[in-house]
Amino acid sequence: MELLEEVKFLLRITRTHSIVRRYFVVNGFDGALTMLGLIIGFLVSSHTNLTVIINACLGAAIALAISGLSSAYISESAERQRALANLEDAMISNLQESAHGQAVTRMSILIALVNGLAPLVISLLILTPLWLSNAGFALPIYPLYAAIIIALLLIFLLGVFLGRIAGISWWRSGIKTLLVAVLTAALIYLFTGL
Amino acid sequence: MASVRRIVLDVLKPHQPNALEFCQAIARKGADYYVHLTVNEMDESTETLQLEITGNAIDFDAVQSTINDMGGSIHSVDEVEVQGETKPE
Repeated sequence: MELLEEVKFLLRITRTHSIVRRYFVVNGFDGALTMLGLIIGFLVSSHTNLTVIINACLGAAIALAISGLSSAYISESAERQRALANLEDAMISNLQESAHGQAVTRMSILIALVNGLAPLVISLLILTPLWLSNAGFALPIYPLYAAIIIALLLIFLLGVFLGRIAGISWWRSGIKTLLVAVLTAALIYLFTGL
Repeated sequence: MASVRRIVLDVLKPHQPNALEFCQAIARKGADYYVHLTVNEMDESTETLQLEITGNAIDFDAVQSTINDMGGSIHSVDEVEVQGETKPE
């Protein structure tokens, strides 16, 4: 509880709420579209073993997570260090021991975690039908179709989330992101399936 | 031992945490602390405050450390009221 309060306090003083949200949506969207692309690619290819599909998708998800973690940490800690240096100049004092100094590392870690975990978690959710099917669970539809439906649903939900933040029509925002996914699917099908 | 009953400080702090959070954090350092804050000057990224703290026994070190933890720094101690061990008749 204390940790949560501290995180909220640091988010407030560094005004990083919007950055965290942005990273979550941007990289979550990346994860969902990457999985969608991979699954459609496998779907239009000749019959591929489910384990191979899972491993390929999992590999991409892990790569996205590590890329998100490292890139966000490196860029955010540089940005935060610069902001701290500017504040130190204005305050004419060393702020390394203050909440602002602690925020450099802690907020960079938080943002990196959000940036890395968003695509990983979304990818794992999309891969759930493939795992279930591979483990012997009978699904009502072909697992790759089920994964595509989950991907589209998650992309729609990310749009809904953005709509709620912007205070605009949530369904319109959801449809917008869904259209991006449909366009992506169409392009992949056009270039690989025909 | 003498007790500090009231201090008035000239403090420079960043805009964040805001005045409300700043006061609350200081007030939490003592059960009977009463904190009065006035923003005297506002800059692009800093603000100069006059901070008046009233209490039965103000722990100046704890107040200073709280101000520093929140990124602030005490420029001067402008007024002090200290109570001796026994109250004068």
